[in-house]
Amino acid sequence: MRKLTGAVLASLLSTTLVSADPVDDQLVINGETEIVTRTAAPAHVADVMDEVMSGWLFRGTETRAMEMDDFDNPGMIFAEQAEDKWNMAEGSEGKSCATCHGASEDMAGVRPVYPKYNEDAGEVRTLEMQINDCRENRMGAEKWKYTGGDMVNMTALLASVSRGLPVNIAIDGPAQATWEQGKELYYTRNGLLELSCANCHEDNYGNMIRADHLSQGQINGFPVYRLKNTKLNSVHSRFKGCIRDTQAETYSPGSPEFVALELYVGSRGNGLGVEGPSVRN
Amino acid sequence: MKIFGIAAVTAGFVAFTAQAESIAPTAVSYTDGAVAQSLTGVAGDVANGRIIVGDKGQGNCVACHQVSDLVDVPWHGEIGPMLDGAGERWSEAELRGIVSNAKMMFEDSMMPSFYKTEGFTRPGDGYTGKAVTGEIQPILSAQQIEDVVAYLATLKE
Ligand code: HEC
Ligand code: HEC
Repeated sequence: MRKLTGAVLASLLSTTLVSADPVDDQLVINGETEIVTRTAAPAHVADVMDEVMSGWLFRGTETRAMEMDDFDNPGMIFAEQAEDKWNMAEGSEGKSCATCHGASEDMAGVRPVYPKYNEDAGEVRTLEMQINDCRENRMGAEKWKYTGGDMVNMTALLASVSRGLPVNIAIDGPAQATWEQGKELYYTRNGLLELSCANCHEDNYGNMIRADHLSQGQINGFPVYRLKNTKLNSVHSRFKGCIRDTQAETYSPGSPEFVALELYVGSRGNGLGVEGPSVRN
Repeated sequence: MKIFGIAAVTAGFVAFTAQAESIAPTAVSYTDGAVAQSLTGVAGDVANGRIIVGDKGQGNCVACHQVSDLVDVPWHGEIGPMLDGAGERWSEAELRGIVSNAKMMFEDSMMPSFYKTEGFTRPGDGYTGKAVTGEIQPILSAQQIEDVVAYLATLKE
């Protein structure tokens, strides 16, 4: 009797736990674009882990499948909407993005190197900051809200044309001070729960935290279409959510702190393939 | 019947006086990570402790720990050790210390400190993402800590 109860208990428990390890699977989009979802850690994180892994490997079979075909990936609808904006003249200069940059596909290679130090501005810029700089200063158009629909859609378009290319964010030279600042933030234990990014995404990736399967918190897949809120989510929205969950006062999207954190987190994924817009739960 | 009545009244009285004399989070005394003195002087309520450990809005301990006794609560995390047998591995004083401030027992532990009100970086107002306004409240009250400790003490392998 006793033994039986124990066995029943154990099996009940195990049904609430799913396998903790990342899956062994290959991400190929539309049957042609191969994405590196697992590779040797870049030198600057090699002291804390051997391999870097995309969040895709930590999601369930169905969620992973959705990202393998553009017709099944809801994020692609938003990238297509951005294609219209790409070609639409706006602002006092009567220019569209296409006027200066040509076809959106010609921007392949841009996403993998952002955030990036901008010589003239003397600052590290995210893709969002660069997009708004073009809108304001080249098009004479209004800035987009940092995490708003137009902006996140445009970042989805620019990610989509770079899919498969390896993330390659520069962290040395003039970017180094910002990178150090981002690193500091990554290891800071915030909020009443006193949890850092590293507590969850470096020390415990692969483990369940309640119902969530922790990944390395990589950003090669952004923007991310989340089944949870059925929309595209930007990097800074995700950072904000994770910090909020430690019962902390968050930083604002677009703030210098989040720009620095994005540079640092992005660089932890150097070598992974650009995947955005990706699908996550 | 009579005896019950008296016991209830006495318990009520003790609860009343102890409430006023709860040890403040800043006044808790740790010895090797353990806290010998009850935070309230009122015996912990095992049934309520069980609820706190499983409830997302209270202790949410199962976010990180598995507990076989809590099969009715879905999704147990695997960040910390399984709590089965915790009542055998640790004394009541040690359990009180671990739940109040685990960092006193385990250096740099990832486990949050449930009875602590200072020394935080960017303390927030619950899960709003906004800065806390006014005095910081510990995540669990003194009596909630006692309830959790009483429940953990029942976890024998
Ligand atoms: C309390 C635990 C916890 C902390 C602390 C935490 N996160 Fe997360 N994070 C999660 C969970 C849970 C998810 C969803 C599952 C996953 O992908 O890991 C997530 C997801 C992410 C993702 C999305 C990954 C993807 O592939 O979609 C990123 C990026 C991320 N976190 C970055 C961060 C950063 C940066 C910090 C610190 C500022 C941080 N997280 C702090 C729990 C946490
Ligand atoms: C964010 C993760 C997290 C949460 C939430 C958490 N713990 Fe822990 N706990 C840990 C870790 C990790 C350890 C292992 C000690 C260490 O080395 O840091 C631990 C250790 C313990 C231990 C000692 C385990 C043993 O048997 O050796 C007990 C008892 C315990 N926790 C109880 C609780 C209770 C009760 C709660 C809720 C009120 C709780 N924990 C919430 C992470 C957590």
